[in-house]
Amino acid sequence: MRIRHNLIIFRRIIKAGILNFIRNAWLGLAAIAVMVITLTIILFSIIANSTFNYTITQITDKIDISVYLKDSVGVKDRDQLIEDLENLDSVKEVNYVSKDEALERYKEQNKGNLDLLLAISQTDNPLPASLQLKPTDPNNIEPIRQFLESEEIKELQSDETSYSGDRKTAIDKITNATSFIGRAGVVGVLVFAFISMLIIFNTIQMAIFNRRSELTIMRLLGASTNYIRGPFIVESVLYGIVSGVISIAIVNVLFSVSAKAFGASSLGILDIEFANVYFADNFWRFLGLQLGVGILIGSISALIATRRYLKFKTSK
Amino acid sequence: MILLDRVTKKYNKNAQALEKISLHVEPKEFVIIVGASGAGKSTILKLLTREEKPTTGKIIVGGLDYSTLKDREIPILRRKIGVVFQDFKLLPNRTVFENVAFALEIVGVGNKEIDHTVPRVLDIVGLKGKEKRMPRELSGGELQRVAIARAIVRQPRILIADEPTGNLDPKHAWDVIRVLEKINRYGTTVILTTHNQEIVNKLKRRVITIKDGRIASDKASGEYHS
Repeated sequence: MRIRHNLIIFRRIIKAGILNFIRNAWLGLAAIAVMVITLTIILFSIIANSTFNYTITQITDKIDISVYLKDSVGVKDRDQLIEDLENLDSVKEVNYVSKDEALERYKEQNKGNLDLLLAISQTDNPLPASLQLKPTDPNNIEPIRQFLESEEIKELQSDETSYSGDRKTAIDKITNATSFIGRAGVVGVLVFAFISMLIIFNTIQMAIFNRRSELTIMRLLGASTNYIRGPFIVESVLYGIVSGVISIAIVNVLFSVSAKAFGASSLGILDIEFANVYFADNFWRFLGLQLGVGILIGSISALIATRRYLKFKTSK
Repeated sequence: MILLDRVTKKYNKNAQALEKISLHVEPKEFVIIVGASGAGKSTILKLLTREEKPTTGKIIVGGLDYSTLKDREIPILRRKIGVVFQDFKLLPNRTVFENVAFALEIVGVGNKEIDHTVPRVLDIVGLKGKEKRMPRELSGGELQRVAIARAIVRQPRILIADEPTGNLDPKHAWDVIRVLEKINRYGTTVILTTHNQEIVNKLKRRVITIKDGRIASDKASGEYHS
């Protein structure tokens, strides 16, 4: 009996909330618009952040150090050098590339250039054997450099060590950009979330004002506080839901347009294709997030507004 | 049923609305509270419905001691008392039926029961066949009877009517009073405020006269001369 009673009350609150939502459509438009902006910023920040991180990993993975060995270096010295390098904390991995392998690779890379291939085949293998090092931390290769620059090690090398180090500056730039965008995203989200709350707050205040005589009558007839308050909260939650759906639809459209426009290529350091796939893969999670945040912002502001403007205290 | 013990109400330091009012109303009684405008009649009713709190004194209604009543218990109290307001307080954009049903809706009565109960109550107040009318299509007397229907639809043990005849011509005023008498015969305690001498004197009921915030007289089968 009690459950049935509560169910009836609950259904009526939901119904009244939906009715309010429809009646207040014009008033609610502002609330929805600003909430859509907030949610879209959140979504973009997340996707941009992942895309940057992905780009960084991609570039970082390619960083390596090549140590070219003189042909005169014997097996013993070579193995000793590999062992020494492997013992360094800053070295993750050491791969030995023999002269023959180096030649194979070179030929493979220049498959199309017949003249070059012909020229090479007519001489002895001109390519040195090398050690390919992967640093543990691409941002800190100084210890490796120091080791390789030492007099006795230098002796073994045929050419200057290649650091592919210019990539580091690029990575630094992206890392900085990522953290900047991350911070800007958080600030933007906070600012817009606050504005959304203010506008929803005002919308509910207006709605309460418009219906004040009805609310007074409800109160005098003995409606409970939750029964009076409930529809306003349902209304705000609906703002959140509608905004979440609109926001994800906008992002969806933007991605499909951008994919067509850029032919799924990279746009500077932003890998559009990755962002697109990332968005598609996590679509339902993002939808859930958008709805969740929208509902949260809506219900919190409605709770505050109703607490503030539905005064039920009896004066003494 | 209703007990007021030395109830004083001050709105501010200078204006004293009620001073040490003590009265007791038995179940099923029909009590008329009379007095000039501003004498304190409405304040007594507002204290009973807890729209106002007394400055000092004790109020007990239907076994509920108001001094221990929490704010969230006020709705429960108001569901036990039916109130008819002088200005009707009907919802203008709802039909007669919906206005009466509203009192049941907000306390969680099922739709079936609403459809069953509302027409019977409208019949009692003589508004059968006007279920679908909007308030603006009704006369003052009819509006007041809608308000009464809404007040009694939950079968309260107490019905409070604040100047229900205030804005009505004599014929309609009597229609409303007849309905209140009928409800009283069904066993509901009725408290009525009015300053209509003719009605008071013809009803021959208990009359409590309020003057300057005090009880000037309290007589069974009383009369009222302003």
